[in-house]
Amino acid sequence: MNLMRARKTVKAALILSIAFLIFGSPSAALEIKRKTLADGLTLLHVKRDNLPVVMVTLLLKASPLDEPADRAGLAYLTATLLTEGTKSRTSSEISEETEFIGASLDAGTNQDYTIVRLSVLKKDINKGFELFSDVLLNPKFSNEEIERKRELIKGSLRQREEEPSYVADRAFKRELYGSHPYGRVVEGSGETLDKINRKEIVNFHKDYYAPNNAILAVVGDVSGEELDGLIKKFFRGWEKAGVPESGHGFEAMKGSRLVRIDKDLTQANILFGGIGIKRDNPDFYAVSVMNYILGGGGFSSRLMRRIRDEMGLAYDVHSFFTSNKEPGYFQVGVQTKNASANTVIEEITAQIKSMKAEGVASGELEDAKAFLTGSFPGKIDTMRKIADFISTVEFYGLGTDYMDRYPAYINSVTPGDIKRVAAKYLDLENCVLVVVADQKKADVKDR
Amino acid sequence: MRKLIVCFAIILLIAAPSYAEVKEYRLPNGLNVLMIEDHKAPLAVFQIWYRVGSRNEPAGKTGLSHLLEHMMFKGTPKYGSKAFSNLVQKYGGTDNAYTTKDYTMYYQRLPSGKIDLSIELEADRMKNLLMDEKETLAERDVVMEERRLRYEDDPQTSLYEEVMAAAFKVYPYRWPVIGWMSDLKGIGRDDLYDYYKKYYSPDNAVIVVSGDINPDELIKKIEAGFSGIKPSPVPRPEITSEEPPQKGQRRVYLKREAELPYMLAVYHAPAFPDEDAYSLEVLAMVLSGGKSGRVYKSLIYEKKIAISAFADYSGLTSGPALFYLGGTASPGRDIGEVERAFHEEIDKIKAGPPSGIEVQKARNQIEASFLMSQDSIYFQAQLTGMYEMAGGWRLKDSYLQGIRKVTPEDIQRVARKYLIEDAGTVGILMPVKENK
Repeated sequence: MNLMRARKTVKAALILSIAFLIFGSPSAALEIKRKTLADGLTLLHVKRDNLPVVMVTLLLKASPLDEPADRAGLAYLTATLLTEGTKSRTSSEISEETEFIGASLDAGTNQDYTIVRLSVLKKDINKGFELFSDVLLNPKFSNEEIERKRELIKGSLRQREEEPSYVADRAFKRELYGSHPYGRVVEGSGETLDKINRKEIVNFHKDYYAPNNAILAVVGDVSGEELDGLIKKFFRGWEKAGVPESGHGFEAMKGSRLVRIDKDLTQANILFGGIGIKRDNPDFYAVSVMNYILGGGGFSSRLMRRIRDEMGLAYDVHSFFTSNKEPGYFQVGVQTKNASANTVIEEITAQIKSMKAEGVASGELEDAKAFLTGSFPGKIDTMRKIADFISTVEFYGLGTDYMDRYPAYINSVTPGDIKRVAAKYLDLENCVLVVVADQKKADVKDR
Repeated sequence: MRKLIVCFAIILLIAAPSYAEVKEYRLPNGLNVLMIEDHKAPLAVFQIWYRVGSRNEPAGKTGLSHLLEHMMFKGTPKYGSKAFSNLVQKYGGTDNAYTTKDYTMYYQRLPSGKIDLSIELEADRMKNLLMDEKETLAERDVVMEERRLRYEDDPQTSLYEEVMAAAFKVYPYRWPVIGWMSDLKGIGRDDLYDYYKKYYSPDNAVIVVSGDINPDELIKKIEAGFSGIKPSPVPRPEITSEEPPQKGQRRVYLKREAELPYMLAVYHAPAFPDEDAYSLEVLAMVLSGGKSGRVYKSLIYEKKIAISAFADYSGLTSGPALFYLGGTASPGRDIGEVERAFHEEIDKIKAGPPSGIEVQKARNQIEASFLMSQDSIYFQAQLTGMYEMAGGWRLKDSYLQGIRKVTPEDIQRVARKYLIEDAGTVGILMPVKENK
């Protein structure tokens, strides 16, 4: 049935704006061949021949971290314009040629990087690489296409105002990060999008779309020699560039804040949280285990057991840590009928306090470790997942043997570690609470 | 839909025989078992499909099937409430379930060495569900929260609900899978238990297992686990309702707080394996298969009147099927323009068949998409199960052949035959701004 797929196609541009969640880690034995080419491109290759298909993920270090605040959305706009025309192909020609071979080619940006992805049948790999390199190296960025895309993004941002979870999340990040790029919507806003001109897009592409600023992951039915040949043939003109340094002062917010947003809704959408950790923080693994027990472990988590199963107050309640290049955040999210908002907020606070004060029981700890290590292979069980995963592993500097080391990292976490990271990162003094609801009915108390 | 709701179902209506070969077994108690071997990763997926969905629900008790799905996680004398998911997760697995209008499906994904756990747990809850009164009431509240989340506070899904209720006046597809709020309030423990005893029977279920398994070994374990469960003695009523031909367009309007106007039009169409199903599938692809599809090109790219637009055909249903057209207007644009543009595109196809190249592209997209999807063992099992629910898993093997036979003239013919104004139901979401 095509409906979801069709909707996905039009929304495809937005799917990459998801953080690298702490809980979304991976593995099983993967033979990754890694090398750095003369032009600085990092190449990762995994051969798979169970199906005649090839999945390609190109990760570029180009994101909102590299754009000025008043040009928010520049990285995203640049990425989504790649497939809208090159020096030799119009936007329609690109989609016609790609779709004729049943391939897909798209690009998107999240908080930390931009990704360009190709999925293609083995028999069409030459054509696939030709299109892939053309959109990457020769985008035209015509004014007409810029205008069109700008309006489409603005329309889609407008529509997302219908989603209470989006409205809440935007307010949450704004409060938490202030003027830091992580405090903005990756797509920008109507105001900042209107300011972006063609020259800025062209320059952004010139500055950041360089081989020495990129990671190319290729997974599928292609040999190392074939791959070398494809890269020689189609990436010949890609030249090393001096990539500008992007620096941001990061200052963690202080104090606790409550944001109420009034909407005609049956449910209160509640987000609570604070600043979390960077991906390279050694506490990542202890935080993963702690969060699994608190609210990351689906039906096994404490928040779910208490608020859903025992109290019947929500369909979904969860927590996660994003772990980014710069400090990510911790967030608990839940929706409950307006009248239950205060009860649910109190319960979340109680669960966090209990985690900080008492830590976890040994049975809980063992179960969490068993899940995190045991479910690892499932995170990379398709070629598409492998290509996406190994490119981010490379980006965050985790090493090609990360999948082998992951179980040991998780298994080394002690009850003391859990208490320590809970005390350190579940900060009830410096935190943000956002409630999008029918405020009269929710009547959220000041805290 | 314990975690996910499938409004329209998510799967492509396609398959080919060369990958994912199915082995079939049948137990004396009527339980059907389908297995697909794929050893690329040390993982296995276990699914159990019950032939019961919202279309089987009696009047006034809508939402029964889905609430029962929730209750299936609430324990048996042997494995208490919540034990199911806890055990699966402890073994490094994930599990979930969802309900549609036609069936209810439960699954676990586990390391392949641990797949015995699925057999033990699913056999146990097929027969021994506790269904404690207090737990039932708490779970009913959870489902009401789910309804608020997915329907009441989501304008486009609310419109979908309105359109279904208008498009079907007789066939029991007219109510939502999650049920009407007032019906949910009236469902009690005994309603659920009777429903469970009637429909959760081995002769009303199909098991599909895929991944790193040895079918001939595994079937022995499945036999040991399930063969002691007797078929339900309670008769299951046939669905005899038939949707009468629609004579005249139906229109529904929904006014509520929203940002952009949205339209959803549906047309009655035959379900798979009707011969026309293949042509309708390709027609949907010609209209909506990516950015080179006619709908994106016209409404979004050229006219710029919509920010999203799609055509879809969902023919894998047990009851009558529908063809969908839908789109969200661009800011400042009228939804009437979007509706007219859709009609122009349909009229063009009625006036002249699409080009041979266009049809070839649509077929290539369907085939490539199928091949790529076979990388997922979950999807292999899911597709097999969906065909089995809709009429028999073997049908999936003839599907690509059917797609390959579709000609441009077939596409024109089915557009003329089914996409007719008088047989359509059009829903319009009209945003109203609350003064808040």
